Amino acid sequence: MLAVRLKQITKRFAQTLANDAVDINVRQETIHAIIGENGAGKSTIMEILYGFYQADAGEIELFGEKKKIINPQDAIRNGIGMVHQHFMLIPPMTVTENIILGLEPVSRSGVLHLAQAEEKIRKLSDEYGLQIDPRIEVENLSVGLQQRVEILKALYRDARILILDEPTAVLTPPEVGEFFQILRRLKAQGKTIIIITHKLEEVLEISDDVTVMRNGRKVGELPTSEATANILANMMVGREVLFELDKQPVVPGETVLRVENLCVTVGNKPRLKNVSFDLKEGEILGIAGVEGNGQTELVEVLTGLRRLDTGTVWYQGEDISNLSARKIREHQIAHIPADRKAHGFLSSYSNAENQILGFHYRAPFCRKNGFLNFASIRSYAEELVKKFDIRPPLTDIATGTLSGGNQQKVIVSREFSQHPRLLIIAQPTRGIDIGAIEFIHQQILDLRSEKVAVLLVSAELEEIRSLSDRTLVMFEGEVVGEITAEAFDMETVGMLMTGHIETRSTREPDLKSGPGADS
Amino acid sequence: MWEVLDLELIASGLRLSTPLILAALGGLFSERAGVVNIALDGIMIFGAFTGAVVAYETGNPWFGLLAAMLLGGLVAHIHGIASIRYQADQVVSGTAINLLAIGVPAVLSNALYNSTTVTPNIQLMLPIIRIPVISSIPILSTLLGKYSVLVFFAFAMVPLSWFVIFKTSFGLRLRSVGENPEAAETAGINVYLMRYYAVWISGLLAGLGGAFLSIAHGSSFVHNISAGRGFIALAALIFGRYTPKLTLLGCMMFGIADAFQIRIQGVIPIPGQFIQMFPYVLTMIVLAGLIGRAQVPAADGIPYAQAK
Amino acid sequence: MFLKKAEIFLLPVVSVFAAMLVGAVLIFAVGENPLAVYWIFFKNSIFSLNGIGYTLFYATPLIFTGLSVAFGFRCGLFNIGAEGQLYIAAMAVTLTAISLDGWSAWVVIPVCLVVSFIAGGIWGGIPGLLKARFGGHEVINTIMMNMIAFSLVNYLVVGPFHRQGTQILETDFIPLAARIPRIHALIPIIPKTLPLNMGFVIALLACLVTYLVLWKTRWGYEIRAVGISNSVSRYAGINVNKNMVMAMFIAGGCAGMVAISEVMGYRYTFHDSFSSGVGFIGIAVALLGRNHPVGVILAALLFGALIRGSLFLDLNFDHLSKDLVMVLQGVIVLFVATDKLFKKLLGFIKLPQ
Repeated sequence: MLAVRLKQITKRFAQTLANDAVDINVRQETIHAIIGENGAGKSTIMEILYGFYQADAGEIELFGEKKKIINPQDAIRNGIGMVHQHFMLIPPMTVTENIILGLEPVSRSGVLHLAQAEEKIRKLSDEYGLQIDPRIEVENLSVGLQQRVEILKALYRDARILILDEPTAVLTPPEVGEFFQILRRLKAQGKTIIIITHKLEEVLEISDDVTVMRNGRKVGELPTSEATANILANMMVGREVLFELDKQPVVPGETVLRVENLCVTVGNKPRLKNVSFDLKEGEILGIAGVEGNGQTELVEVLTGLRRLDTGTVWYQGEDISNLSARKIREHQIAHIPADRKAHGFLSSYSNAENQILGFHYRAPFCRKNGFLNFASIRSYAEELVKKFDIRPPLTDIATGTLSGGNQQKVIVSREFSQHPRLLIIAQPTRGIDIGAIEFIHQQILDLRSEKVAVLLVSAELEEIRSLSDRTLVMFEGEVVGEITAEAFDMETVGMLMTGHIETRSTREPDLKSGPGADS
Repeated sequence: MWEVLDLELIASGLRLSTPLILAALGGLFSERAGVVNIALDGIMIFGAFTGAVVAYETGNPWFGLLAAMLLGGLVAHIHGIASIRYQADQVVSGTAINLLAIGVPAVLSNALYNSTTVTPNIQLMLPIIRIPVISSIPILSTLLGKYSVLVFFAFAMVPLSWFVIFKTSFGLRLRSVGENPEAAETAGINVYLMRYYAVWISGLLAGLGGAFLSIAHGSSFVHNISAGRGFIALAALIFGRYTPKLTLLGCMMFGIADAFQIRIQGVIPIPGQFIQMFPYVLTMIVLAGLIGRAQVPAADGIPYAQAK
Repeated sequence: MFLKKAEIFLLPVVSVFAAMLVGAVLIFAVGENPLAVYWIFFKNSIFSLNGIGYTLFYATPLIFTGLSVAFGFRCGLFNIGAEGQLYIAAMAVTLTAISLDGWSAWVVIPVCLVVSFIAGGIWGGIPGLLKARFGGHEVINTIMMNMIAFSLVNYLVVGPFHRQGTQILETDFIPLAARIPRIHALIPIIPKTLPLNMGFVIALLACLVTYLVLWKTRWGYEIRAVGISNSVSRYAGINVNKNMVMAMFIAGGCAGMVAISEVMGYRYTFHDSFSSGVGFIGIAVALLGRNHPVGVILAALLFGALIRGSLFLDLNFDHLSKDLVMVLQGVIVLFVATDKLFKKLLGFIKLPQ
């Protein structure tokens, strides 16, 4: 009998099919890994199991019995516990208070009896080697320990099935080792564990079975003993090729950007560790990797939104480390942010207003006396709207009313049209339709032909493959591999992305300093 | 000037801090649950008015007290509906209450008593307690001898509030809702309901604080009876970092400053107004210095949209 | 398309009507006839020339404070400090005018105009700075600044600058050179006794300037951007902190200009507690006017009419006084704040497309 059996689960959100008739079979008392890239649908299906969402179709069976799980309380009642990527903890409260919230042991008048709870928590902590003192405030615990509090929450409620979403994303390597010990103990004590992850090495080390998801579907399911990194990486990234772009050969010119030994630490965790690379004009350098491995911090440093700890950023021979965002723009460095809603455009501003955002204080958009020159703004905007095929082709409607693809085109039209010499572009085609994707990709290639240097950060491997001349792979804040376009191989890159460090990588011999795989 | 610093001053100060303590504790419950309540001043005014009118009409100050409490709760409920259910900006809806508090009592007292600025004196104020043994001991008799029953009540509410907030499951849930409503919701807590409870409590207490002004400290309702005390209470609350004990300290500080300011009028060259200013300047300085530490309940002031 | 434009007006209009309904209930409870009451309101405020004159007079300070709060909102900041800002500016203007006794009007008046803006601006800029540098919530800080302002000006008018020989809490009168003309100077038919003064014209000009700055210049572009989203603005290279401080300064300055119509154009002295809540009513004006200069003018006119009409309630009705207006204001603010409620209701009566 299986601990968990998800049968033909289907879930649709607006236009996206997050889960497409997915089957997952979890054996009792095993550690079962669900792997896939961003957007594969693995978190969604687990949230359905935990009652956050209701599936549109399909069934859930727990220990052979069909169950309906309508909310997390239901799931908890059925012995399912979930530890999310973003903890549901209350920092100023103690471990005990956090764990008992919603299930408080009280006397008749409502007075808390923490002693009992503390005892139980201490016992559980000892039993599973969690080493948590119930009296400490959660905010004084390291992230790794906070995660254990989340696990304790589930155990306190007698969970038999534990779902962990990207549990090692927040852990340092030594913490990961301790974490795996705890998982083994939990399994030994009869718990069934499901881990959602993208890290192949860890999957191979700790899990008993693996389910692979891609684009909302299950594409593979096998015992870990039969799996290798190659097989898994293959299944994860697939061989689907969307379309071929017209990519002319361009000879790269001068070095435009040089990054040396960039280090950034946020809180206690190092996010960038000695990142170094070059970028030449007319070159597209792809940064591949699953989100959260340092790409965000890298982009923030390069665009003036974050100070670096150590290292230098050279742009056309000038040291631009720690310049303000506006100064960076004035150096003709353009930026297309990953999160267009939160960083890319103002939803109640018109297309025209968004198209001059960041350049609004200069000629020809602004006169010397401070008044905006609406005539030139309008003609500029009309030109852009036509050139970038923005729909509807109006300059004075609010950008917030456009579709995602057209919003992105507004941002792209803005950044591409002020004669950038360096373009930093992150997740350019996330959440937009095929037509817009094709268009934007072509625009990027056109800039490349005009000798613009392009840094392309993307979690979409296919995008990186079709656009980049060179690709760097980032994992846990480091550059773990560099691949030229000719040597680009989905499998290899997929493995590098997921932490399986390969000694095989190719680079051109005349690059002065460059990242290389650890040899 | 130094002759003013006597025990009588401290006694006055404690007396004057009573409405502040009540309002501030009310604000404490509300803010801890994540609902900003700048309507404390307005609720105090409503409480003062209701207390005075009911006490006068019924001849019994206790009825006035009860009415003040209930009306305070009702007014707070309006603020609650606007900001919890309809997710209105909490500051705006609180401001609306304050505006109403300027107008409604004036209109009603004009209708009832033909005066927009005062209600008639009540015959019977809330009793003043004289503790038998203490009254004969010299120092203690000044300090503790002669207080309205509400004063004792207010001071007693401080440890009681502390206990409820930190030692009961109600308090735990209240705090969770103010720090991380999503986490609270996942734990199965009804965020909206907890916030309503908190807002009601703040109304009850602030209403009581207002009633003190009209039926214990004074004997009628007058225009501008609160003199901004609701905002001072808020300042004391922030000064006290949203904990009952420090808030008490803050209220006492403001109360004594108030008493001091009254006493030294004309006695020393420093103008009373500057002494009045001191607590506000202090609050601003404290606010600036506080930044960086997570003292304010994390979800304070942010309307929460309950998940479907 | 027309429906979209109409929607902008719909919410405030519905709020006002709803508030008047609530007011009617209160009037009824007090034993009077709501229709009669509202008739008195409008008869005395807009159905007579004198009434209109006074309506405009009462609307003038509301335009300034409404602009003040609206400007703050456009940058995402809640300025509750308009009351304190206008008191500080009024005192500053009064003292400046008095100290410039003997100078010609060509000097004194421009100087005083500037002082009114800068004094209010400083009082608003301080909480702005505290918010930008330390993240101190502008709501609490502006309320504190109000309290400090009240104490400060009270001290000054009771103490060192109190006019000798009178019990009234006022300073000396400002010299003739500092006084701005009544509307009588522009339109002679209007009696000199009408306190409506050039301050009203300045208020309208201020609205025009605000409109131009916010929608036609690069500074307004940035301020509005910051108000919509701090993070997008930061990514675009806009200096968010600088804009916040500027916005609060300007907001304070607008509130400060109340001094022009009240001190320089009407009382010619600083009178203790002369304001009676104009700074707070400005909040209602800004919200009702949807933070737009044109809306502010319309809302200020409405409240001005209400204030004017309310002065006659006392005479005509046993049980009503001008405080009824404060009630209406409060209800209006409440309804404007809970626009979600109205959107729901309007959703039910959506006109067929």
